[in-house]
Amino acid sequence: MIAAAFEYHRPADLKGALGVLAEYGDDARVLAGGHSLIPMMKLRMAAVGHLVDLQDIADLRGIRVADGRVKIGAMTTQHEMIASADLAGAAPIIAEAAVQIADPQVRYMGTVGGNVANGDPGNDMPGLMQCLDATFTLVGPDGSREVAARDFYHSAYVTAREDGEILTQISFAAPKGGYAYEKQKRKIGDYATAACAVQLTKAGGKVTSAAIAMTNLSDTPVFSDAAGAALVGTSGDAAAVKAAVTAAVAAINPTGDNRGPAEFKRHIAGIIIGRAITRALSRA
Amino acid sequence: MNDLTPTPQERTAKLKGLGTSRKRVEDARFTQGKGNYVDDIKMPGMLHGDFVRSPYAHARVKSINADAARALPGVIAVLTAADLAPLNLHWMPTLAGDRQMVLADGKVLFQGQEVAFVVATDRYVCADAIELVEVDYEELPVVTDPFKALEPGAPVLREDLAGQTSGAHGARRHHNHIFLWETGDESATNQAIEAAEVVAEEMIYYHRVHPCPLETCGCVASMDKVNGKLTVFGTFQAPHVVRTVASLLSGIEEHNIRVVSPDIGGGFGNKVGVYPGYVCSIVASIVTGKPVKWIEDRMDNLMATAFARDYWMKGRISATKDGRITGLHCHVTADHGAFDACADPTKFPAGFFHICTGSYDIPVAYVGVDGVYTNKAPGGVAYRCSFRVTEAAYFIERMIEVLAMELGMDAAELRAKNFIRKDQFPYNSALGWEYDSGDYHTAWDKALAAVDYAGLRREQAERVAAFKRGETRKLLGIGLTHFTEIVGAGPVKNCDILGMGMFDSCEIRIHPTGSAIARLGTISQGQGHATTFAQILATEIGLPADSITIEEGDTDTAPYGLGTYGSRSTPVAGAATAMAGRKIRAKAQMIAAWLLEVHDGDLEWDIDRFVVKGAPERFKTMKDIAYAAYHNAIPGIEPGLEAVSYYDPPNMTYPFGAYVCVMEIDVDTGTHEVRQFYALDDCGTRINPMIIEGQVHGGLTEALAIAMGQEIAYDAIGNCKNSTLMDFFLPTAVETPHYTTDHTETPSPHHPIGAKGVGESPNVGGVPAFSNAVHDAFRAFGLRQAHMPHDHWRIWKIANQLGLHG
Ligand SMILES: Cc1cc2nc3c(=O)[nH]c(=O)nc-3n(C[C@H](O)[C@H](O)[C@H](O)COP(=O)(O)OP(=O)(O)OC[C@H]3O[C@@H](n4cnc5c(N)ncnc54)[C@H](O)[C@@H]3O)c2cc1C
Repeated sequence: MIAAAFEYHRPADLKGALGVLAEYGDDARVLAGGHSLIPMMKLRMAAVGHLVDLQDIADLRGIRVADGRVKIGAMTTQHEMIASADLAGAAPIIAEAAVQIADPQVRYMGTVGGNVANGDPGNDMPGLMQCLDATFTLVGPDGSREVAARDFYHSAYVTAREDGEILTQISFAAPKGGYAYEKQKRKIGDYATAACAVQLTKAGGKVTSAAIAMTNLSDTPVFSDAAGAALVGTSGDAAAVKAAVTAAVAAINPTGDNRGPAEFKRHIAGIIIGRAITRALSRA
Repeated sequence: MNDLTPTPQERTAKLKGLGTSRKRVEDARFTQGKGNYVDDIKMPGMLHGDFVRSPYAHARVKSINADAARALPGVIAVLTAADLAPLNLHWMPTLAGDRQMVLADGKVLFQGQEVAFVVATDRYVCADAIELVEVDYEELPVVTDPFKALEPGAPVLREDLAGQTSGAHGARRHHNHIFLWETGDESATNQAIEAAEVVAEEMIYYHRVHPCPLETCGCVASMDKVNGKLTVFGTFQAPHVVRTVASLLSGIEEHNIRVVSPDIGGGFGNKVGVYPGYVCSIVASIVTGKPVKWIEDRMDNLMATAFARDYWMKGRISATKDGRITGLHCHVTADHGAFDACADPTKFPAGFFHICTGSYDIPVAYVGVDGVYTNKAPGGVAYRCSFRVTEAAYFIERMIEVLAMELGMDAAELRAKNFIRKDQFPYNSALGWEYDSGDYHTAWDKALAAVDYAGLRREQAERVAAFKRGETRKLLGIGLTHFTEIVGAGPVKNCDILGMGMFDSCEIRIHPTGSAIARLGTISQGQGHATTFAQILATEIGLPADSITIEEGDTDTAPYGLGTYGSRSTPVAGAATAMAGRKIRAKAQMIAAWLLEVHDGDLEWDIDRFVVKGAPERFKTMKDIAYAAYHNAIPGIEPGLEAVSYYDPPNMTYPFGAYVCVMEIDVDTGTHEVRQFYALDDCGTRINPMIIEGQVHGGLTEALAIAMGQEIAYDAIGNCKNSTLMDFFLPTAVETPHYTTDHTETPSPHHPIGAKGVGESPNVGGVPAFSNAVHDAFRAFGLRQAHMPHDHWRIWKIANQLGLHG
């Protein structure tokens, strides 16, 4: 459990970081909180010649809420998100999800940028960001571009991010209405057996919008349009919830692991999605 | 006497002796991070060793090329079996009478097996060098199922045993068979069962788990070539035995070997055995002339050092219609992995599993245990229990539940009906044990009353009805257990480890100013010996516990003992401590008599002093006497005040307890919540109630882990599936429920202070309590047996198979 040797870089600004990435190509990788990358290096499942630590880049930190939009710097830790009063007001689902990640020690180190950039289907923030219809800002040698969270994930560890790019910011419109992040895990410090993010609005007794995304139930996060659509226009009655659950479960493709076989996960997913929708409805 | 004269109560309190919740003296350093563990030991010029391990569960090792590794700067040596063979150290004897490869000799038999030992200037270089060692493997068919291992065409695992039709424990009937160990009267048992009105039969599997101490195993070996002395610091639960084994293996005379166990961060049986890492470190130190450190990482520990359990227990239990048990038959298929490295007393290859008649008066019984080789890691240690006692307790406590279902009788009532009665002690069990003392009915009634058992059953019935009406998706389980342990091994006449009788020892020196040091043959791994043994002594010799240092673990200074495991420290070394204390007191009495100018028969002991009978104002305190022992020339009495006792226990001790677990189970998700856990322990005389409570909390939490999630499982090709703490369940404070502890106190009649040992009771009793709660929740729907661990998916599977998911 000792990583192979690597060079450590600690640039003071984004330009410096991009420079190191450009110089070493795919032999270089950025280091955020290190709580996904370093375990992989210690297991020698990831070999990284040059680690580019983003800790000193102050611009990458911080939470700003203005004009109905939420902007979170990539290097903001999960703990900072949980502690943020601004975020609690603008998007309480973030803290509800973040406290269900790992344990306090991991959350003091782990960043939102690392969590969404990692591409591990077990990470909770990608599904959450798809639910919120967030946009990721990527900065590379040729400038910056924006990619929707819903378009970002291709397969496990394969994302829309190019090797030379750094994810700098996550932004989304402050959500309205009811929300829930529901997660089943075996213990503290475990990734999800099944997890689900729901954000929805209601008006005049009818659901007017609904976004539903799931974690660790396929090799990428799963956003289900059909599940949301099954709720919209209904009163959120049992039949509608059931239809939404059925649509969501149809979109997942879980694989068996130590948490249990696929059929079990499918069933748990249905229960967790149903509970998330119900709780979100009760808060709308 | 005046107002300032302390009362007897005050004098007793000052001693902090037996029965006092004295704070643990160890904790000051542990809570400040000032403990001194093996990995804290740094010696000048120290090298580091680490293993190349097998990725395969069964493969031929065709060649090992270490040239590239040796060429790496910082690498001092790469040892393989070929290097150890000339010393005859490529294999080593196990505690169970088998032998084990130190380094792969021609083949590997489990994933994670030690293949080569890299020695380098630091751990980082070791890690890099390991990657550079090229091992050419040829995969062989793998068998991880002990039943398949015994099939006629099963792969031959132990080619080294070819043609050997008998082993250390008798005949071998198959190439993967280790032994069949039997006890009891099988034909009488079969007759009783065949003639019975009611018979329940069930296969009970106690899955493979791992003790997983927070500190992994490791050592620092240092051969001083100038004076010929070998010093080994290590995580040893039995340092003296390690010294003897090291001497026998290496040929170094025993006085030239010093084994030291420094602070140990938990052992739970994992640190009893001898591991290849110790042998390789010692050899490497002898070869290089430098100290060599070897420390396992978590994956090494979980994959390669000793596991526990893995017992397939096929039971038949019979009873009369009204629930009186008439016979018990048990056949175990015991998966020992690739080498038989169980840590049991020599004559007991299945440990004390034959305590499996439990707390019940069962007239006739039989146990047969088949030990089997598979392509899994070796071990079979007593994970926080006496040898195979947890398996036994789980077996009988499940069989009782199954029988209760068969009888249509309440399981609490069935237990009470069959308990050994108080007036039957000392009780001779059908399988040959003499239970020392017990009062099971009192404990049971107290437990049932404490939890309002009748009320719980009513609530459960209402819950089932509500569930059937579709009003709830949660079920309520009431897990009952009444366990009896057998601990404190053991009488030298039948208990030994590698020929060393399982006595233990204590040596006491009283200092002139009235303080003392006592050294024992045991070694604390967190049990708080430095606290409790001083308390035993304080009560025996009348010096405050705070004035008594307890030292263990250095074979150069401590008297010989067999170490700490199987709850033996208090029953055996604790007894030695009391006996040595009594020797001190006997001499002190002579000294006091001389000082007071009376006949020693005219004195009586009073808390901390000898008093002239009938003249309470004439006394000498132990402090006075200590000074006199070194100061006065007393005719006929040697100066000094010291004593040593080697205690050979006349019998084991038999702690018992009554546990009740109340659990809510979510049928849809398989999750659970322990709503209530009541644990009544009877460990005889209670030395330190606070430490007992701490031990019970810790043991119950391990029991929770085992019952509800912990396992070492293998896939079909022998890959270990739980080699990190992500997949090996170690509960945190969040998963740990609240516990209510309680006690009764039935002293052991043969132990000097009546103490029985408690550290392992909660693991032994806890596992069946948690597991029975899960089973009980589904009893109304017909569940008889579902194997542990009861993790989410397995509980979900129970519900699913019972058709509860609609
Ligand atoms: C015991 C344990 C339990 C855990 N449980 C959970 C859990 O339940 N749910 C969960 O979501 N996570 C969990 N995690 C992961 C944790 O949240 C990680 O911290 C997180 O996944 C990654 O964030 P990081 O800042 O640590 O990233 P790092 O580990 O530093 O990086 C992860 C990857 O992302 C890349 N990266 C990081 N930042 C950027 C960036 N700004 N731009 C481009 N690429 C970048 C890195 O190069 C690397 O490939 C757990 C971790 C541990 C150790």
